[in-house]
Amino acid sequence: MNAPLIWILTPFLSGFLILFFLHRRFSPLIGGAISMALALTALIFPIDTALLLGSISIKISSSVQFFGRSFSLNTADGPLIAIIYGLAALWFFGTEASGSANRFVSLGLMIVALLTASIAVEPFLFAALLLVMAAMLVIPLLVPLYQKPGKGAIRFLIYQTIAMPFILFSGWMLAGVEASPGDLGSTIQAGTILGLGFAFLLGIFPLYNWIPMLMEEASPYVTGFLLWALPTFTAIFALGFLDRYTWLRTSPQLSYTIQFAGVIMVVSGGLFASQQKHIGRIMGYAAIVETGLFVLALGLGSLEVVNITFLLLIPRGLELAVWALALSIIKRKAYTLRFNEVQGLARSYPIAVGALILAHLSMTGFPLLAGFPPRLALWQELARQSLATAFWVFVGLLGLLIAALRTMAVFVMAKENKSWEWNESWVQAAMLGVGVIGLFILGMFPQVLQPFIINLPALFEHLGQ
Amino acid sequence: MFIDITPWIAVGLILITSTAILGNLDWRISLGALAVQYVAAFWLVTRHLPFVMGSAKLITGWMVVAALGMTCLGLSTAEEYKKGESALPRGRLFQLVLIFIVAMGTAGATPRIESAIPGLGYPVIAGSLLLIGLGAVHLGLTSDTLNVILGLLTILTGFEVLYAAIESSILVTGLLAATNLGMGITGSYLLIAGTMPAEMEDEL
Repeated sequence: MNAPLIWILTPFLSGFLILFFLHRRFSPLIGGAISMALALTALIFPIDTALLLGSISIKISSSVQFFGRSFSLNTADGPLIAIIYGLAALWFFGTEASGSANRFVSLGLMIVALLTASIAVEPFLFAALLLVMAAMLVIPLLVPLYQKPGKGAIRFLIYQTIAMPFILFSGWMLAGVEASPGDLGSTIQAGTILGLGFAFLLGIFPLYNWIPMLMEEASPYVTGFLLWALPTFTAIFALGFLDRYTWLRTSPQLSYTIQFAGVIMVVSGGLFASQQKHIGRIMGYAAIVETGLFVLALGLGSLEVVNITFLLLIPRGLELAVWALALSIIKRKAYTLRFNEVQGLARSYPIAVGALILAHLSMTGFPLLAGFPPRLALWQELARQSLATAFWVFVGLLGLLIAALRTMAVFVMAKENKSWEWNESWVQAAMLGVGVIGLFILGMFPQVLQPFIINLPALFEHLGQ
Repeated sequence: MFIDITPWIAVGLILITSTAILGNLDWRISLGALAVQYVAAFWLVTRHLPFVMGSAKLITGWMVVAALGMTCLGLSTAEEYKKGESALPRGRLFQLVLIFIVAMGTAGATPRIESAIPGLGYPVIAGSLLLIGLGAVHLGLTSDTLNVILGLLTILTGFEVLYAAIESSILVTGLLAATNLGMGITGSYLLIAGTMPAEMEDEL
């Protein structure tokens, strides 16, 4: 058996088969089960290690050759794959409850497979091509056939496509910089091109305008999945760059620039969120703030870069899944998701509204919720380096908190004689309940993540070792 | 002498086809120009890549043109497909000024890039920069779906011409071909989107 065949080819082919041969009713269950099985396999069977099952010896080899290059998943990748497919399973199981498009599970599996390939491909630089292919697969999910493509989807496609040439070319230039590190001109050029590539890919200020647009024009569940999957793998890709090139890791100017970009994202995202009157756009800005926190973690320049980045990654998946599912349920009642339409819905959809508010509060870093431990760890590191940066992050998160309070106020502004109802289905309530319990568990017992993230620094040869 | 001139013919073709794509409102002429543009790019790419790999890029490009062409044809039989109007200035003079600026920028940057990365060749750099520049101009001037896809394909082709000179991996060539094809299919999908009723979506 071969790791890339199991965790790349199998989900890709499964997605393909589900797309063409499976009835839409069964696709969330089958897709979720496949994803969960892949996560459990990654947890149970270590890659490149022989296991004895009775008289049978099983070993999952780590790499496969493809067109003269290798796709390799090593022992250290195991927990990461388990996290990715585990979170993907959560998204797929929630599809039925969210009422998302037929193709979500099948294309979602193919997207996750391509993104997994992006962490397996060697040289790692070629991941940029796989990321853009994954971005293209997202388009049919964002734009249903009966709907004209909006500006958000078009901008998303443009930015993700433009990022790829920048990153591929910068990778080639960085090799030259390594050969002659004293050449300041080449260093600046390579750094600028790389920065532009990641700015397009991650949606660094001001290139994130497509996110709130998409939250208005596309399904919140699909957009939430996109906002979880792509930045997660892009952050891992960025860690690969920092690990591979010494001067990127050690340059204080670059670290300062990355942190500056992160602060701008957190502050602008938080402040814009606090001004919105559309609960979908608020989620979009919250995702921008979260990406800003990733960027800040990448610019830390300390040994904690990997730990904090992965600590942020896991709750993000859960928070966005709960938030997006709650929004999808609310959208069936209030299609525009504007404040004037969702006013008083807390009495009609108490579980969805409660889950939405808790996910929102978790993203602001509210104590006892999943977002709190990683933000605390990041804050601690930032405060050691610069109190001003830590303060501005506080301002950004305060903006998100204001947005959460405004949203909550609108939801509970029901007419006095309005009675309490429960309009969520059992499946929806169960999915939201599981998600909310997860938010509390990750918030109160963050050590449950320890077995997953303890070996992740081994993914990177130089970072955090 | 002949050998020196031929790649410049490709650069000239690139300038003409990119201008045609930028200025034309008829999808047939735009896609025809794109097909010719792929021939010119093939010409430049094969200066650094083997003929077979260059051919793969050419065939992929033509497949993209075919996919987009069939989609537009299908749409135009149902209702005449017209490129959307843009709020930005679209006058011929304005477009000519932009093309002139890109051409001047290319002329200025080509020798500098050649001195920074020796061995690429002036025509390859010039052709690539023209494609990237005019593709970016195209993206900046329009929000129409077909034009956006044409702009992105032009930028990708320009990048491929330059990248072929520094990276000859089969995997990269394959992935770039898949990206181009994916862009064509995505473009076709986006063109079709909005023309089908919601019930059709359920059936699909």
